[in-house]
Amino acid sequence: MVRITNVGWVTVIATESLSKRFPRVTALDRLSVDIGAGVTGLVGANGAGKSTLIKILLGLSPATEGSARVLGLDIATEGAAIRERVGYMPEHDCLPPDVSATEFVVHMARMSGLPPTAARERTADILRHVGLYEERYRPIGGYSTGMKQRVKLAQALVHDPKLVFLDEPTNGLDPVGRDEMLGLIRRVHSDFGISVLVTSHLLGELERTCEHVVVIDGGKLLRASSTTDFTQTTTTLAIEVTDSDTHPDGTRAVREALAARGVEVTHEGAGLPGAGHILLLTAAGEQTYDLVRDVVADLGLGLIRMEQRRHHISEVFTAGSTDEQRKEAVGHGG
Amino acid sequence: MAVEQPLTGETTRIHDIGYRGYDGPRLGRSYARRSLYSQSLRGAYGLGRSVKSKVLPMLLFAVMCVPAAIMVAVAVATKAHELPVGYTRYAIMMQAVISLYVASQAPQAVSRDLRFKTVPLYFSRPIETADYVRAKFAALASAVFILTAAPLLVMYVGALLSKLGFAHQTKEFAEGLVSVALLSLLFAGIGLVIAAVTPRRGFGIAAVIAVLVISYGAVSTLQAIATTQGHDGAVPWIGLFSPVTLIDGVQSAFLGATTRAPGGVAPTTGQGVVAVLVTLALIAGSYGLLLRRYKKVGL
Repeated sequence: MVRITNVGWVTVIATESLSKRFPRVTALDRLSVDIGAGVTGLVGANGAGKSTLIKILLGLSPATEGSARVLGLDIATEGAAIRERVGYMPEHDCLPPDVSATEFVVHMARMSGLPPTAARERTADILRHVGLYEERYRPIGGYSTGMKQRVKLAQALVHDPKLVFLDEPTNGLDPVGRDEMLGLIRRVHSDFGISVLVTSHLLGELERTCEHVVVIDGGKLLRASSTTDFTQTTTTLAIEVTDSDTHPDGTRAVREALAARGVEVTHEGAGLPGAGHILLLTAAGEQTYDLVRDVVADLGLGLIRMEQRRHHISEVFTAGSTDEQRKEAVGHGG
Repeated sequence: MAVEQPLTGETTRIHDIGYRGYDGPRLGRSYARRSLYSQSLRGAYGLGRSVKSKVLPMLLFAVMCVPAAIMVAVAVATKAHELPVGYTRYAIMMQAVISLYVASQAPQAVSRDLRFKTVPLYFSRPIETADYVRAKFAALASAVFILTAAPLLVMYVGALLSKLGFAHQTKEFAEGLVSVALLSLLFAGIGLVIAAVTPRRGFGIAAVIAVLVISYGAVSTLQAIATTQGHDGAVPWIGLFSPVTLIDGVQSAFLGATTRAPGGVAPTTGQGVVAVLVTLALIAGSYGLLLRRYKKVGL
């Protein structure tokens, strides 16, 4: 079984038939997966076992069977050492409203073992890095959801961990806040050098942020692969063009021109308002983008949009239930 | 050539230094526990918290100390040979104030972390359940000890200044300190256990007052009934059922205190031993219950 998938692969988390059974439910079912350095997404529907996995990896909840190592440390015997080197941002609210972000993060830094002066310095640094400035001296109770999420992220990073667990960090954020948080998460690895395990029930947003994605469902591993694998196999291009005098129906003209060059094009979501104007085609690589550009230019039309469409979690679940995919998942994880 | 070079010292530059890692010391569990202890102890007097939350603890602290200061002043003025109230009796006399203090500060010590779900942030760090419980218990017990020992200190200093017998005063002061130390542990333990199961602060305050004050009222009433009906022997036994009378029993048996129980029925040595055992069992039991409670809360 090949574990090393590319040069420079550093295993940050490794689980070996990790199971967690509660009296009535099995939260994790013989989960074996290796997670490397970088940003890794952990995707699953609510109740798929994401939070349970994080608790076990933090050494807070014993596994029913199986074993796991975090940063090379055994979760069963070295929980305290693990918790010194990792950060954790919970899914739920965890901030007292009557203290300021600065006071709160300083306190949490000291709880991680940082001496008082270092705790204050690191707090000032990290709050600036997550984008909290003057407001950090005001009580947290008056913050917006986005600001609260930043404070939660700051307390997870204040002690400069090697790895950070982020449980649903985009929950409750509006689209702009979501993008900002995802950008911040990328920076946590690219600029801060901290590996990230981030959970979400939305595959789409993690695909843009993560190098690897692990999909679990019902406590079982469904798929573990790099996001480039996802992209290469599943990229769908959505294009939308303008109409012109020579081509009153630009969309149709482009579709026919592409069909003439052997590219199959479909319409998106028939029946929806405006849906007929968006064409979907499968990108075979760089040349598809060039082809679309040339075709549109030759027709003298304007290209309003050309964007990658990625599959939603539900599609991975339906695709994952085929035997072939199951084998692939086991091959990646096992 | 003669152009003045602008200062190129480090002070004139602004660098965007980006993210800096941390290679300094990580002081681990015992340091985190001590930090949590000092933060909680300061918090019990509203230090490091809003102005509003300083009012009640500081007020109660003043209410505890002022009568002691007045007594000392009176003793000095009248050249009395003894302080009007003994060291061991003072806390019993002021039990309502102490109960109110515990009722107001125990929920703030533990309920906030539970209510705002901050607890998981602690336990995802090196600190463990036992560290958290010990730090919070020790902090509240220390806070109550400061509240109860400060007036004794006022009385002791006053007594020495008015030249009351040094040896005698010192012995009684020491007995008083032992008594309030026990009381602090007992009250803190009971207060924290109740607060830890009532995440809503208001309920916590009411429940602590109910247990500390109402039990004292009920026990005193029963003791009074027992005396009037001639069952004096039952009085110390009944006293085991409320924290205040329990401490009263311990100190009248072993710390040279005169009991405040109705009819002045002092416990026998045997009853005193039982009172000590019950007190210690309650303190240990509170600690055990808190541990169990936080094991469950976990993450």
